[in-house]
Amino acid sequence: MNWNLYSRGDKFFAIVVSILIGMFTVATLYPFIYIAAVSFSSGFAAQAGKVVMTPIDATVEAYKYILVQRDFWISYRNTFIYTIGGTVMSLLFIIPGAYALSRPQLIGRRFFNLFIAFTMWFNAGLIPFYLNMRDLNLLDSMFGIILAFAVNAFNIILLRNFFEAIPQSFEEAARMDGANDFQVLWKVFIPLSKPAIATITLFCIVARWNGFFWAMVLLQSQEKIPLQVFLRHTLATLSDDDEFAITQLEAAYSAETVTAAIIVCSIIPVLLVYPWIQKYFEKGILLGGVKE
Amino acid sequence: MTSGSENKRSQNIPVAKRKRSLKSRLQWFADHVRNHWQIYLMLLPTIVWFMVFLYKPMYGLQIAFKDYSIFRGVANSPWVGWEHFQALFSNDQFIRAVSNTIKISALNLLFGFPAPIILALMFNEILHATYKRTAQTIVYLPHFISSVIIAGIVITAFSPSVGIVNTILGWFGIDSIYFLTKPEWFRPIFVGTGIWQEAGFGSIVFLAAIAGVSPSLYESAVVDGASRWQMMWRITLPSILPTIIIMLIIRIGNIMEVSFELIILLYQPATYSTADVVNTFVFRQGLQNGQYDFAAAAGLFNAVVAFVLVMIANTLARRYSRTSLW
Repeated sequence: MNWNLYSRGDKFFAIVVSILIGMFTVATLYPFIYIAAVSFSSGFAAQAGKVVMTPIDATVEAYKYILVQRDFWISYRNTFIYTIGGTVMSLLFIIPGAYALSRPQLIGRRFFNLFIAFTMWFNAGLIPFYLNMRDLNLLDSMFGIILAFAVNAFNIILLRNFFEAIPQSFEEAARMDGANDFQVLWKVFIPLSKPAIATITLFCIVARWNGFFWAMVLLQSQEKIPLQVFLRHTLATLSDDDEFAITQLEAAYSAETVTAAIIVCSIIPVLLVYPWIQKYFEKGILLGGVKE
Repeated sequence: MTSGSENKRSQNIPVAKRKRSLKSRLQWFADHVRNHWQIYLMLLPTIVWFMVFLYKPMYGLQIAFKDYSIFRGVANSPWVGWEHFQALFSNDQFIRAVSNTIKISALNLLFGFPAPIILALMFNEILHATYKRTAQTIVYLPHFISSVIIAGIVITAFSPSVGIVNTILGWFGIDSIYFLTKPEWFRPIFVGTGIWQEAGFGSIVFLAAIAGVSPSLYESAVVDGASRWQMMWRITLPSILPTIIIMLIIRIGNIMEVSFELIILLYQPATYSTADVVNTFVFRQGLQNGQYDFAAAAGLFNAVVAFVLVMIANTLARRYSRTSLW
């Protein structure tokens, strides 16, 4: 479309739409700016409801309060362990599994595909899953968290669909050279599927980084909890703890500024990788037009 | 399977004549395994994982019909029939949770479903590439933020003392409201948060559908002197209608799925009356109060209803996409 060909009405319409999009964008961004402003404000200013856009009585006291806590750093480290370990574990299951399911030679292929797809439609639910984890002795286990959430039907089907779309001739050429299935997967399919694998890696990383519910339910030791659970503990204790609020009323930090500071600390890594991952997820979500 | 010519020949022979003796079938199977054992080896870990982590809990679902005790285990606990279900349906909290699930989903559908479509239509009207790109990058972002952080932001923003919402209300002389303790405010806040978090990301699917609309339609509309507004209504929207209908069917199929993680983080006893959904009810009764069998029954009810809805939705979506393609 060309701006010069637009009628006056079209131009008016385009300007209105641009303004509306701008407003929605600002509305999306604003809560983050607000939280950042609160985190750098004094507790007193925050309590008085003075913070709107920029820090009031700028201070880093809230960050000092957080960053000296050993538990904060342990949970931060744990989140990295869960994210990296979990993503690697996921790929170790998903890539070979999706390859096998995409092979026409596989006997029972329809059955296995249904076996996997069925879990997208029917799920036993929280309680049987929890009791199963207990029976498997995987409560309060870091390895349990990494293993038990490694695979899901959606990611396997997504990658399987991608593998199925690879022309037969690529595989045949490799077979001519005497390649076996492992070599075909490693040397032909994986290099050809980089965008799909990158997408799945991204999904895994995001899910792991943000995962909180099962970590909260399954993990008891302070030493093992990820950042999200630490954040929740802090949120809960700070908002319940009136004493904290009262004693800190005149102080440089308050429950709210500390909360905001933790939020900022846990968003920063996401913001750092976000521009890098953005080019993948638009493609990825479209690959995910799952057909079973 | 051994050579290309044999394959071709077997395809030309009618099925009835292709029946082979047991011996030759065993021979074929042995060859098959010798040639292709690697793909079975690759599949094995995934299948075992699904059995252990997803199918074994389905076996464990039988506790919904048992008087489960931790010490006896799943298999040895005595059967009690439909007792837990009878208790469920005479439990006011459970009935309330089912009703809340449907109400929250309905609100999500009403307000959350159109939002990404409108957003996609608007993005499509923006000519300035950098402006569009930047806006898209920003509105996709909240999708990647964890529900704990979202909850932290909501709690801070709506707090009676520090919260920006009450600060703004204060400018208009309105007394501060403790939003998160008010049952009537829970659903608007929850649904609004959902739109803020997901509308941008949800627009990707519709933008892709818009990208697939044939440019010739717009070209001839320009020749006919149509305005952009008319093109949006008469060309873009009808062209992406199949995508909209498919997405709508999928959404309706998932009506029992409410993002309960965020509810657990945002609700409190004061707001249970409007906020408690089936999954949060299961969480409290089962994982917090230890009534595993009763909670599993509630979960099973939810799963069965969800399964039926998803199956109906899948069938409708398939039938619809078949008819809309031709």
